[in-house]
Amino acid sequence: MSTLGKATSKLPLFIFLTPILLWLFLLIVLPHIDLLRMSFRIENDYGDMVWSVSNYLEFFREPIYWLTFTRTALYAIIVTFLTLCISLPVAFYITKVAPPKFRGFLSLLLLMPFWVSELVRIYGWMILLRESGVINHFLVEWGILQQPVEMLYNDVAMTMGLVYTSMLFMVVPLLSVMDSLDDSLIEAAFDLGSNMFTIVWKIIIPHAMPGIASGSIVVFMLSLGNYLTPNLMGGKNALWFTEQIYNQFIASFNWNQGSAFGFLLLVLSSLIIFIGLRLTNQKLSKVVQ
Amino acid sequence: MEVDLSVKSVSKRFKSFVAVDDVSFEVEKGKFFSILGPSGCGKTTLLRMIAGFEEPSKGAIYIRAQNMANISPNRRPVNLIFQHLALFPMMNVADNIGFGLARRNESKTEIRKKVSDILERVNLPGFEAKKIHHLSGGQKQRVAIARSLVLDPTVLLLDEPLGALDLKLREQMKIELKKLQMEVGTTFVYITHDQSEALVMSDHVAVMNEGRFEQIDSPQNLYTKPASPFVARFVGDNNRLPGKIVGCNDGTAELQTASGEKLLIRTDRQLTPGVQAELYIRPESVILEPAQELPELNRLNVLVSSILFDGANTQLLVESPASDDELLISLPQNRQYEHISVKDRIEIGWDARAGNCFPLP
Repeated sequence: MSTLGKATSKLPLFIFLTPILLWLFLLIVLPHIDLLRMSFRIENDYGDMVWSVSNYLEFFREPIYWLTFTRTALYAIIVTFLTLCISLPVAFYITKVAPPKFRGFLSLLLLMPFWVSELVRIYGWMILLRESGVINHFLVEWGILQQPVEMLYNDVAMTMGLVYTSMLFMVVPLLSVMDSLDDSLIEAAFDLGSNMFTIVWKIIIPHAMPGIASGSIVVFMLSLGNYLTPNLMGGKNALWFTEQIYNQFIASFNWNQGSAFGFLLLVLSSLIIFIGLRLTNQKLSKVVQ
Repeated sequence: MEVDLSVKSVSKRFKSFVAVDDVSFEVEKGKFFSILGPSGCGKTTLLRMIAGFEEPSKGAIYIRAQNMANISPNRRPVNLIFQHLALFPMMNVADNIGFGLARRNESKTEIRKKVSDILERVNLPGFEAKKIHHLSGGQKQRVAIARSLVLDPTVLLLDEPLGALDLKLREQMKIELKKLQMEVGTTFVYITHDQSEALVMSDHVAVMNEGRFEQIDSPQNLYTKPASPFVARFVGDNNRLPGKIVGCNDGTAELQTASGEKLLIRTDRQLTPGVQAELYIRPESVILEPAQELPELNRLNVLVSSILFDGANTQLLVESPASDDELLISLPQNRQYEHISVKDRIEIGWDARAGNCFPLP
């Protein structure tokens, strides 16, 4: 791109970039600036808008808010970890074990559920799991259960739903790092006396670390910011921080409070990712390549 | 003499393709054994069977008289140096070399001592903390060898480890590797398609073709007394003269080429008159413009088609009706033959004992 820009006039480049720059600026940068401004304003006793940080203080004053946030962050971390545990063997199987001619097909199988929207997929799960759903029907039919049980609307169902919706975003970066892993490294480790466990721990995971980190960031962010899955599968008991933000905007119509929560979510999730990168010794610029 | 590695009628087939076909050999303790063959001849498969990455379809492999069947690579007393070395890029030099020792649960101080000893041995003292991608090709080579040698394997297997190096470095590493092998006294099994590597380093060389061993011999015998036309062609340069045996008695045979020249051959091999045969002459066995009084010399009149100047290895390409292919002749650079130029007609000759003649099946 840069050589092209140097070789010819830069004008065509700007013409083509204008729509995307406008889009970024008008739909992302501007609203964020406005939200940020809004989060620092409250209505005083006379009904005038004044500058204040009390929207942010509210988050720490009410335990329900920061408890919900901690819960959300913890569950997002658990979801990320579970997704990783499932995706690592899947990616390894597709790139290293499966016959080469099936690799494309297997990747396609992974991709297929993502051809329909998240909402449809979640409703699919709900049809399977709810009290009058498919699984309950068969369990009762076969005499395993006396009467149907409600499998939806708890943390387990919600976690499963989140893992399911975000798995692809972990598998894809893992597929590419696993693909770049030279088979002979695994053989060499085997030849030098390691067992399967040390090969995974000393060779595969260190090699896959950039992919693990980038997949984890995406999955963590997607889970943390997910509204649909916790709401539909977690039900009333599974509080999610995005629901709090939604409530402030839509139910309480308190946009100032809502935008403060939004920014807190942004800052805190960035902080968690920063800590995660530090702990695993990865660099953001390398991970997002 | 103790036998470290013994391979007994080993075959390996992949579906209908036979990669290794009934191969047997023994390697004595402390020897440098090479398997030389063109790419795709099955030598890598053979090596991977010894290392344990493939199971033989038939036959057995013994290391120090112990059958290796169903023993996985991590439990075999052999180590393999991979073609592309397979150093672990996520570890430094010390961790790479100490990897196998750590798997044996040796103590940290013990590992550190052994690593620094072996680095000394491969001429890389003080390289412990270096990253793998900071090393040059030759240094990587030595680290890979150190990583395997530090485990003190019964047999060290090497899968064309010099292939990736440039020519100068390869020549240097050849000598170094041979020296190192003599110092440590470990049995080496080395596979290569480069005949010079095999000849320079080995005590014994097996020439492999299409899954079979054509000949197992010392490098000298391989060169001077090839057992088959394939070995004659594959090891070193050779000139092929096809023809028909017209007479044979008492160690002397006569070959008539298609163009009618009769060539005298002194050989121990039984050649029956009437069979088709091929005579192989080394480029350096050919005498240029031989003196008239020399006895038992086969003489041919040839046309110089080109001069391939390559310093000490300068060669002449000549055309002769006796062969369809051009003949290759070494041209000594002692100024005696400076007058020879392209399109000249010259006489060449060779001693009756110089060639190797094989009857065609």
